[in-house]
Amino acid sequence: MRRNRFRSGAVAVFAAGTLLASAACGDSFDDGGEAAQQTSGPAALQILIGSSGDAETAAVKDAAAAWATKSGNTATVTPAQDLTQQLGQSLAGDNPPDVFYVDAGRFTDYASVGALEPYGDKVDNPDDFYQSLKDTFTFDGKFYCAPKDFSTLALEINTDLWTKAGLTDADIPTTWDQLTAAAQKLKAKGTMPLAVADTRDRVGAFMVQSGGWIVSKDGKQATADSAENVAALTYVQTLLKQGLASYPKALDAGWGGEAFGKGKAAMTIEGNWIKGAMTNDFPNVKYTVHELPAGPKGKGTLSFTNCWGIAAKSKFKEQAIDFVKAMTSVDQQMTYAKAFGVMPSRESARDQYTAAFPADKAFIDGAEYAQGPVNAPKMDSVLADFDASLNTLAKADPKTLLGTLQKNTQATLGG
Amino acid sequence: MSTVTTASADRDDRSAGGGRPATGGRGPRQRFGRWLRWPGPFRGGIRGNERIAGWLFVAPVIVLLGIFFLAPIIMAFWVSLTDWQGQGSPFKSGVPFVGGDNYTRLFTEDGLARRDFMTSIRNNIYYVAIVVPVQTVLALGLALLVNNRMLKGKGFFRTAFYFPSVTSSVAISVVFLFMFANSGAINGILSFFGIDGPAWFSDARGLIHLILGVFGVDNPPSALANGGPLGLTWWDWLSGPSVAMCAIMALVIWTTSGTFMLMFLAALQSVPVSLDEASELDGATRWQRLRYVTLPLLKPTMFLVLTLGLIGTWQVFDQIYVMSQGNPAKTTLTPAFLSYRTAFKDFDYGRGAAISFVLFLIIVVLTLAQRWVMRDRDEPRRRFRWLR
Repeated sequence: MRRNRFRSGAVAVFAAGTLLASAACGDSFDDGGEAAQQTSGPAALQILIGSSGDAETAAVKDAAAAWATKSGNTATVTPAQDLTQQLGQSLAGDNPPDVFYVDAGRFTDYASVGALEPYGDKVDNPDDFYQSLKDTFTFDGKFYCAPKDFSTLALEINTDLWTKAGLTDADIPTTWDQLTAAAQKLKAKGTMPLAVADTRDRVGAFMVQSGGWIVSKDGKQATADSAENVAALTYVQTLLKQGLASYPKALDAGWGGEAFGKGKAAMTIEGNWIKGAMTNDFPNVKYTVHELPAGPKGKGTLSFTNCWGIAAKSKFKEQAIDFVKAMTSVDQQMTYAKAFGVMPSRESARDQYTAAFPADKAFIDGAEYAQGPVNAPKMDSVLADFDASLNTLAKADPKTLLGTLQKNTQATLGG
Repeated sequence: MSTVTTASADRDDRSAGGGRPATGGRGPRQRFGRWLRWPGPFRGGIRGNERIAGWLFVAPVIVLLGIFFLAPIIMAFWVSLTDWQGQGSPFKSGVPFVGGDNYTRLFTEDGLARRDFMTSIRNNIYYVAIVVPVQTVLALGLALLVNNRMLKGKGFFRTAFYFPSVTSSVAISVVFLFMFANSGAINGILSFFGIDGPAWFSDARGLIHLILGVFGVDNPPSALANGGPLGLTWWDWLSGPSVAMCAIMALVIWTTSGTFMLMFLAALQSVPVSLDEASELDGATRWQRLRYVTLPLLKPTMFLVLTLGLIGTWQVFDQIYVMSQGNPAKTTLTPAFLSYRTAFKDFDYGRGAAISFVLFLIIVVLTLAQRWVMRDRDEPRRRFRWLR
């Protein structure tokens, strides 16, 4: 224990230093930082993925093996324990994997420092990707990397708790007012109506429905303290104050899906990943999925996505692009969808997807009006700070929270 | 200075310092300088070769320490002076040198960086202020218990008290997560007494704020709400540790007091029983024996335990990483975790390294201060008279 603490302490204090040491051992200090040369011949691709679980790892490994056999290259798929950290280390060590997952929220961090190869337009039929996803992975006018797949938020309703409160399909909320009304009926029966996580990745959906967002469309202006955002947070605050909604932690759950699965809340706002969790952990809970209720400015949801990033320093860029082409074909995306429940990022796969998963209509319909993550570099700590303040939303003044967010966002975007 | 005394001094020198060469008695500074000098053919006498041998013997350690400690520290210090973004080596020419900017952003520029850092410092001050005294007193108490001559089954108790210290901190952290869950064991026991336990790991309220709340002070008085040093308001500084932080403190106290108990126990066993008995014969009470016989003899150990405690608590990392990641509302953010997060999650390696160097300085300064406070003083301290 003691030693452990010392060791970790040492790790923390000298983390950067140790990293440097490994960087120093990996290569001498004389590399000029030019773009890596394309190497011909059979490539040995290194692929680093941030896997959601065994199902995804197996599916990607199979697909990579199939591509390798067909193209005469080799492809090694490594599931990361902590993708951000591992990627950070390998980039610092000048030895990044050739292909890796890039989370949409992190994309600009990598693109802005030149770690990514902007190959987006070289894949087959790039206009087939949903426009909102293409926007997410565009930086300085360049479409950098092909969206792997995506998820959107929707409203999940526990059928049993819903009927027990005397509610029917007609009561499924499509506006904020209806949501409040249905929640009040659920609360009268002693059920916590809604579990919503205290992060901009859930609460932010209300901001979109209200017509606001943290940054402007081009990601260059901070728009956090707009009246629309204040209205959205005030609405969420009302739900929390009146006991119509609760954060999952207060319900003793790690996330909304857990609270929902345990029957501690009748509704939750989560993405399509909840399907897997419900099948695995709570197979007996019956639920339906609906589009999020519309706010004053219409429907709104958030999308989450990864892209297949190719390292600017990769030695096998052409092979890597070829690999990504194979991974983003309609057929392959449908295989992934079936294996681990993600939605294809290509519009042409949409009909196939709805045919295969009719219950997921609400998720894929969200693609039309979904808002991607904040696409400006170095915003992560600012947004984490906002998340931390959302924790106190029930008591705090929404204007103050958004004012702080505005100030920090401006400081980050400006500098 | 006569020749005779010089010679004897040299002999003393040799016997005390092992293979130190004869130096001709020219005062300590010169002797030291010559000792460092490479032995020439006519210098150093018959023991000259031993110097080379000595350096050769320590060379492996010096090389290892140099490569794995000194070099990384210097490299990290360089990184803390740059705006390196984690692309390739930080020693290339293209890496922007920013001087002390990473440091000034932590202290003088109003912004998120400073607020996060100061929040983490605040959290850690409360953490250290509570954990170090409590774990030291607890460890001493346990050691006195186990050292009791009348106690049966000493081996069992020693093992039991030491057990938390040898268990993996990650495993213990996970167990504590379950215990402090909203419907976990702790809240179960509390509800048995009719107390509605808090949602431990999502409760960001500070203890001092909670206590003030009892007296009806829910909102900060304007004198405290507006302004305060280093980017946080006085009200924020005076929040006290959050409920979530208290749970982590409980865990750390529980796990580390076993180790320190062992150190106290070792020291206690070298306290001669006769001293204790003599003071008993002199009519000293139990408290007086502890205060005037045992504790003074434990002083070196006390210093060790306090120093180790201070260093360990300022560097607290794994419990935070496993249990809370700085949440809720940043009340369990500590400088060590913030440094890690800033570097590896935000790719701001320069600021991350800067934070770790500031943390290093804090620890060094506090340890020196503690040494000064605990230094040996000849005159008796009057302020403890009333205890007698």
